[in-house]
Amino acid sequence: MASLIEITPCDGLLPKIAGGMVLSELPFAHIASVAPLKGKTRALGAALKAMGLGWPGPGLSRRSGDAVILWSGMDQAFLIGPDPAPLQGLAALTDQSDGWARMRLKGPGAEAALARLVPLDLRAQVFAEGQVARSGLNHMMLHICRSGPDAFDLMVFRSMAGSAVHELHEAMEAVAARTMIG
Amino acid sequence: MRLNCPLCGDRDLREFTYYGASVYADRPEGGWSEAWDDLLHLRDNPAGETNDLWYHELGCSAWIEVSRNTVTHAISDTRLLAERKPAAKGAKA
Repeated sequence: MASLIEITPCDGLLPKIAGGMVLSELPFAHIASVAPLKGKTRALGAALKAMGLGWPGPGLSRRSGDAVILWSGMDQAFLIGPDPAPLQGLAALTDQSDGWARMRLKGPGAEAALARLVPLDLRAQVFAEGQVARSGLNHMMLHICRSGPDAFDLMVFRSMAGSAVHELHEAMEAVAARTMIG
Repeated sequence: MRLNCPLCGDRDLREFTYYGASVYADRPEGGWSEAWDDLLHLRDNPAGETNDLWYHELGCSAWIEVSRNTVTHAISDTRLLAERKPAAKGAKA
């Protein structure tokens, strides 16, 4: 039997540091896609509430300690952290733990760096903490969540981790250079 | 150009893919028939209000019906395909 080495999606790629910003990989966590079964939305909401969360409306998330649920599309959300077993029978559950590269961009220039890649208004007064969006990181599909005043959690398909890190690092360095020029 | 996704709000055109007139989503029942031929090949060419089908591909993956005026180019409304009124204009008799 083959002996395989377990590595994370951004193994060897991160962290990247530029201009006071840090792009780091988020620790490996269980990711489940949760899609309510017909007529079970209320019951699912109650089950999530029992976990300290709740069903997130479009563009929203719910967080409780290390557990988080992020809206990810029509009647669909990503539960990150906890075991989704209590939701069995209420929602269609799919394990996507290995499918995503999860990164955090943190620092004073995070908004400016992302503005070069993401076609969204990410200023705090428009995209507040806890808000999520699905959009593009250049040509890649992106799931983005503001996780702090100067921090964003980013998710791209695992196969695109290398491209995403490259694009983000370029943008970080460009912002850092521009800041240095003044 | 920007389109209003009912779930995500105003988004840039690069996030969307165009699929032509929204009658494309009204698939006939059953196997091959004349209705299928119509679905694939026959389209109205209105001067005025028309409904288009768009896919929010680089976004939330929703299918969206967009009402636009072919004369003025004005977009009057967008709605989720899942929530549109049944038997829309152009539905096959």
